[in-house]
Amino acid sequence: MNKILIIIQREYLSRVMNKRFLLTTILTPLIMVGFIAGAAFLAATDKEMHKIAVVDQNGFFKGNLRDASDIKFEFPTDVDTANYSKKGYTDIIIIPKFEGTAKAEYIIRSKKRIGLSLESKIEDRINDAIEDQMLQQAGIDRAQLDSIKSSSQFAEMKSLEETGDSVKESSAALSYGIGFGSGMLIYITMFIYGAMVMRGVMEEKTNRIAEVMISSAKPFQLMMGKIIGIGAVGLTQFFVWILLIFGIIAASQFFIPQDVLQQVAELQKANAQMGPGGAASIAQAGETAQNLYKFQNTMSTANWPLIISCFIFYFLGGYLFYASLFAAVGSVVNEDPQDAQSLMLPITMPIIFSFIIMSRAVEDPSTSMATWASIIPFSSPMVMMARIAYGVPGTVPYWQLAASMLTLLGSFLLTTWLSGKVYRTGILMYGKKVGWKEIGKWAFRKN
Amino acid sequence: MSAILELTNLRKHYATQKAVDDISFSIEQGSIFGLLGPNGAGKTTLLRMITGIFYPDSGHIQFDGKTFDPLNDIIKIGYMPEERGLYKKMKIGEQAMYLAQLKGLSKAEAMQKIKFWFKKLEMETWWNKKVEDLSKGMSQKLQFVTTVLHEPKLIILDEPFSGLDPLNANLIKEEIYGLAKRGSTVIFSTHRMEQVEEICDHIVLVNLGKKILDGTVHNIKQQFKENKFSIKLNELPGTLSAPAFNIVNVNDNELVLQINEGFKSNDILTHFLHNQCTIESFHEILPTLNEIFISQVEGTHATARAFQKTDN
Repeated sequence: MNKILIIIQREYLSRVMNKRFLLTTILTPLIMVGFIAGAAFLAATDKEMHKIAVVDQNGFFKGNLRDASDIKFEFPTDVDTANYSKKGYTDIIIIPKFEGTAKAEYIIRSKKRIGLSLESKIEDRINDAIEDQMLQQAGIDRAQLDSIKSSSQFAEMKSLEETGDSVKESSAALSYGIGFGSGMLIYITMFIYGAMVMRGVMEEKTNRIAEVMISSAKPFQLMMGKIIGIGAVGLTQFFVWILLIFGIIAASQFFIPQDVLQQVAELQKANAQMGPGGAASIAQAGETAQNLYKFQNTMSTANWPLIISCFIFYFLGGYLFYASLFAAVGSVVNEDPQDAQSLMLPITMPIIFSFIIMSRAVEDPSTSMATWASIIPFSSPMVMMARIAYGVPGTVPYWQLAASMLTLLGSFLLTTWLSGKVYRTGILMYGKKVGWKEIGKWAFRKN
Repeated sequence: MSAILELTNLRKHYATQKAVDDISFSIEQGSIFGLLGPNGAGKTTLLRMITGIFYPDSGHIQFDGKTFDPLNDIIKIGYMPEERGLYKKMKIGEQAMYLAQLKGLSKAEAMQKIKFWFKKLEMETWWNKKVEDLSKGMSQKLQFVTTVLHEPKLIILDEPFSGLDPLNANLIKEEIYGLAKRGSTVIFSTHRMEQVEEICDHIVLVNLGKKILDGTVHNIKQQFKENKFSIKLNELPGTLSAPAFNIVNVNDNELVLQINEGFKSNDILTHFLHNQCTIESFHEILPTLNEIFISQVEGTHATARAFQKTDN
């Protein structure tokens, strides 16, 4: 037992007491934030303006057809399909005579193909314009129409989740975010740390350290020490990230003006008195305070202690399940890295497959596919996290959670045991290419 | 003296060959023991069974008076395998510390012993260097230190001098003698017969998984001697032939003779004294271990076996 501790210590310290670890731990979140911000920035600014010439045979579209951020409708008189691009228009729409009965074909012509979303946007605008025209014909004047349009955004969805006889506010968007985020994190770490275990084992084998080590410690101790040590590195990384996030949140509090915070506090008090089903009077609070309050309120709908403890469980369980398989592969591989590629495939396939199931489950957490995948140990760490975000025991009954956790525990013990046997033989085997059949023989033989 | 290690009918078979096939021998405490054999003879498998890496298929290992228990006895053994390796990115001091702790030493003990050995082998300045910065010979020295650091009762060295210059080889050799004098038993596995002849008290030769020779270096040489003598005369006599011996070789005034059945070495001397020769030197020619090794192993398909070896 003591030897495992010594091995864990080395595996852990040799990776953590390292400039590269510090750098990647701090830079990774920064790079990710940078990517997201960059993508959002590009999406916001890199829009192509469409200046569309409208040839209207009805006359009522002018004034009713509204521009969008990337669409500008103009109604020139001397434009046709032959010369619109020379006159500086990107597209031309020919609107036929509106009969008011049957659907008619509206033609849009352009030099460059129009994207799907732009096409449906233009279609919506035209339909809106026709609707406005019809309402005006029915006797509602322009001014009335505008005022109704600008102030008719009444509905705001607020979903309540029933747990026993009490109700609790829930947020589908937040659940999606948590589910996808934690599933993704488990997916990435499984690859990163799994590969780290494999590389570590390969290093020991190719540098011929294994035999020296095995004359001092049992192969199983060596393997478990490495797996646990690297797992601890992963956890350390998570904690650093969580600290960073809290640090950023705490720091940002200083930049929020005092009166806004006060308004938020008042909103919270008001809402607490009304109970979770009610709506607070938020008239006198400023817009920033309302947004901040909404954000805080949404965040508080999630069951954070459950989610975080489940995340740690599934991260560790999934990691241990796959890491021992990666260790077994590493012990079998010879110097040739291409061997590693082909041997890794049967391990990476289920991980990638689980990711696909997870990204479906996070949209619809109660399908039978999602339910099964959240119990089978190959995919349960990712898929169950996607479902847990939607609520326990609402979406995920307790028995499913228990079944999932127990199978994961049992199967990681099993994979570790089998991998230990493969590892024991593989780590001292040099210069021989080993196939799956032989690995199977090692794993299942008695001694 | 009592035996520290006793192997009885040890066997280990692989799918394709009998790597170790019914080998028995025992090693005296405090002796330097040579385990010899051609490539693929089963030496590595044998050593791995002694170090608890492999379990024998059958047979018994008695270590230090008790049945060998790999889990607990492993810390009384220091094994330097032929395939050596150290963590390349690790600092040398930390590496030695790590291996010492795995052998059951406490941090303070380990530190004290590492310092002692580093000083002894002039490695003190290495502490903060990484293994990848060391030359082959230097890492060999480090490997030796990590093997003997915990003062094991049994030290197993597989080709300990390969890659060492004569100076460092001598240094290590002296340490091996010193360890044996302090009570450690050394098993020494090599192909280099002149080293065995120089260092070992007792040898065992294995080939094709079987033991073919077992005894002290002196006894084995006696066993394989061909009754050859070398005699140097100041002048060759007129007649050389005599019933007591055959002449094997003549080189100037030096003769190599083989005594015939029923005669003694004194009969040679008497013959030459009778012929009024002045004898400058006279000594028996014993076979070298190298010659014995080759004569024993040659023609047993040992080389062919080395080709298809699967025992690691």
